[in-house]
Parts: sequence; structure tokens; C-alpha cells
Amino acid sequence: MPQPDIEAIAEQVFAALADPSRRAILAALASGGPATATDLAGQLPITRQAVAKHLALLTEAGLVTAEPGERRRVRYRLSSAPMRVAQQFLAALARDWDGQLDALKDHLDQHAGKSED
Amino acid sequence: MTFPDRIERTVEIAHPPARVWAALTTAEGLSAWFGKDAKIDLRPGGSASMRWDSGDTAEMRVERVEEPMVFGFTWHIYGLSGDDPRRTYVEFTLEPAGAGTRLTMVESGFAQLSEDAYRTAYDGNTQGWASELGELVDYLDAAA
Repeated sequence: MPQPDIEAIAEQVFAALADPSRRAILAALASGGPATATDLAGQLPITRQAVAKHLALLTEAGLVTAEPGERRRVRYRLSSAPMRVAQQFLAALARDWDGQLDALKDHLDQHAGKSED
Repeated sequence: MTFPDRIERTVEIAHPPARVWAALTTAEGLSAWFGKDAKIDLRPGGSASMRWDSGDTAEMRVERVEEPMVFGFTWHIYGLSGDDPRRTYVEFTLEPAGAGTRLTMVESGFAQLSEDAYRTAYDGNTQGWASELGELVDYLDAAA
């Protein structure tokens, strides 16, 4: 049963990850922790304006949250809940039931010769 | 995009249900095709576990035992942390088909939402809804 809300969350995560600049910003926040737009522009080959634009979009989508930092600069923090929703989607794709059920059949076929005579 | 909530497979197996049942519900059977070092306490509420060479482990809770027709368990959603309450439900149904077995596997619950995800979806403007829906999801999870 598809639920529009979970769909919308997953779609926002995958849309964010489809863009290389946004992927780089999310990766920097994941590995380095909360950072300001200026910090991120210093680390990444992206202009300060472009970083600010992407951060606004990511905040709107709920993928990062803005919080007050030192000297009243806004720091951005990765928001993990939408990422976990996307992981649920990926978990369904990564479940290898075809391989598992083939292994079950093989096991029963191999075992048959030994025990049925 | 459609969020997949369930995975369903039906396979024809050239062995009778009793043999398939043993492969699904005994430590020896599970260890032979599914994971290694399987352990299982075969009763509703009983626990079961397996591990793989990759280092992954599975902790299952047995939910349905209707020999030799229905075997169901829940386990964690792969990739989520071990203390995450969300679990998927896996149910095997065995039907005699000639001399063999028609085995149906359904794994469901991938699209369930946790309370924190609802909070994100509604982002504060409907605080009441978030907690109500969270309680509903918790209730459904507990009943699954």
C-alpha cells in the first residue's frame, strides 16, 4: 500500500542525491558534522552563492536543519530521519530473495539423493 | 516512483511440503541454504538467528508456526540500526502441488513510517497529527 508521505520523503532524498553539488554538501555534513555555508564553500569546488542556494533547498526538503552557531552564523546539520526512509526503499531493492530461493531449491535437490533411498 | 512495501515470490519445488518445512524451520535446514550457524526456537515469540561471511547477522522473532503450511517471522530492515523498531514480516506459505510444493514468500512492511519520519513529513505545523500517527504505527508494528 503506497503512502504519499513516505513516497514524498524518499523522492526528496533521491532528488537531492541526484545532483553532484548537493551530494557533495550532504557528504561533507555527514563526514565532518555541522558546518556553515562559508565552511562548505571553502571545502568544496562550489561558489558560496551556489552552496547557499542548495542549502536553502535541502532545508526546505527537511534533509538538513539550520541551527545557530558561533558568532551568530547559521550552521547546517544533516537530518537523518529522511535518509532512513530512503534506506528502507533501498533495503527492499537489496533483498536478494531470488538468489535465496534458488539456494533453497539447490539445497533440497542435493539433499534428496542422500536421504530418499 | 512507487515505494515498494512488499516483495512476493512463488516457486515450485520438486519436494514434498514436509521436506521444505524442515529446510525452513530447523537450524540444520536454515544453515544449509540461508545463513550460517542458524539457531531457532520454533514457537511463536521464539527467537532465531543466522550470520553470513560478510559479517552481517540476522536476529529474527518467530511469529507463526502452522506445520507444515505457514511459517512467519519478523526481522530488522537491512541498513537500519539494530535498535530501530521497524521490522519487516516474512511469511512462507507451503501448498502441496502434485508430488512437490508451491512455496510462496511474502516480505512486507518496507514502507512503514516511524514517528520521527512523520514528524519530518509534517514539520511541526501539525504536531498533534505526528504523535497520533506515530502511535498508530507503533500499534500496527506491535500487532504485526
